[in-house]
Amino acid sequence: MFEVYGETVASRFLLGTAQYPSPQILADAVKASGADILTVSLRRETAGSGSGGRFWDLIREMNVKVLPNTAGCHSVKEAVTTARMARDLFGTDWIKLEVIGHHDSLQPDVFGLVEAARILSDDGFKVFPYTTDDIVVGERLLEAGCQVLMPWCAPIGSAKGPVNPDALRAYRSHFSGVPLVVDAGLGRPSHAAAVLELGFDAVLLNTAVAKAGDPVAMARSFAMAIEAGRLAYEAQPLEPRDMAVPSTPVLGMAVFE
Amino acid sequence: MKLTINGEPQEVASATLAALLDELAYDHEFLATARNGELVCAEERSACVLEAGDRIEILSPMQGG
Repeated sequence: MFEVYGETVASRFLLGTAQYPSPQILADAVKASGADILTVSLRRETAGSGSGGRFWDLIREMNVKVLPNTAGCHSVKEAVTTARMARDLFGTDWIKLEVIGHHDSLQPDVFGLVEAARILSDDGFKVFPYTTDDIVVGERLLEAGCQVLMPWCAPIGSAKGPVNPDALRAYRSHFSGVPLVVDAGLGRPSHAAAVLELGFDAVLLNTAVAKAGDPVAMARSFAMAIEAGRLAYEAQPLEPRDMAVPSTPVLGMAVFE
Repeated sequence: MKLTINGEPQEVASATLAALLDELAYDHEFLATARNGELVCAEERSACVLEAGDRIEILSPMQGG
């Protein structure tokens, strides 16, 4: 359970809805994940196809909160207009703000991100910014009105897991008290457990579940890892040490020589 | 008049955005619309008068990450 924009969210697992083998597998994976928040998007609708309506019906049956994204937007203008269209359609002021700066790495354009976050926050949106692990950018996003930060741990869809754990540790430490969601780059449940152990409040992922051999089992596995990682964080893990320390007491050892 | 609808040039007869959606057989309920890069809310579509050359975007919910 964690709080974001004054709302209590039960699950620390935010799940994307793209790339599943079928709508049924998506629905089963969502159920297995226990996620309360699903990300959705907006795309051009073909006249008379009704495809968007069918997808929306499926999501609404799941009784979850939706977090629309601005995926694929490369400019502030595109992202802002897409966010406003999403609010009109989905009836939520939540927006996962993506302003992509690079075609290959899908790295956020952090300058455009801060600008768009300010415009949208001023317009009443509750912005969930997809950002890098740069602390200064995080500061600017908070100044712009964001009350949650979503740093990547590796490029979108790369499945690499935390490539810079030191940066994530510093990020968590610096933004004490701010809800932090690791968004993008997670590949395996152990990656999710690792960032939860560092004290991140939640993770947002999609590809690692949707493109697994068995998405439903993988959703369940991630859910278990996220729970384990959080519990470990609350249990205060031992800090690594350079030297060995005996775990079995030395006092009272028999002497045979 | 000629409009650009979802990136494609198209000749249409409708005077308003709401009428355009009917003309093209869209289901109004699941759509978000924009005219020339600016949102047109669902309730504003009937009052949104179209002009030749307008760029119209008609979006719907889609899977996303």
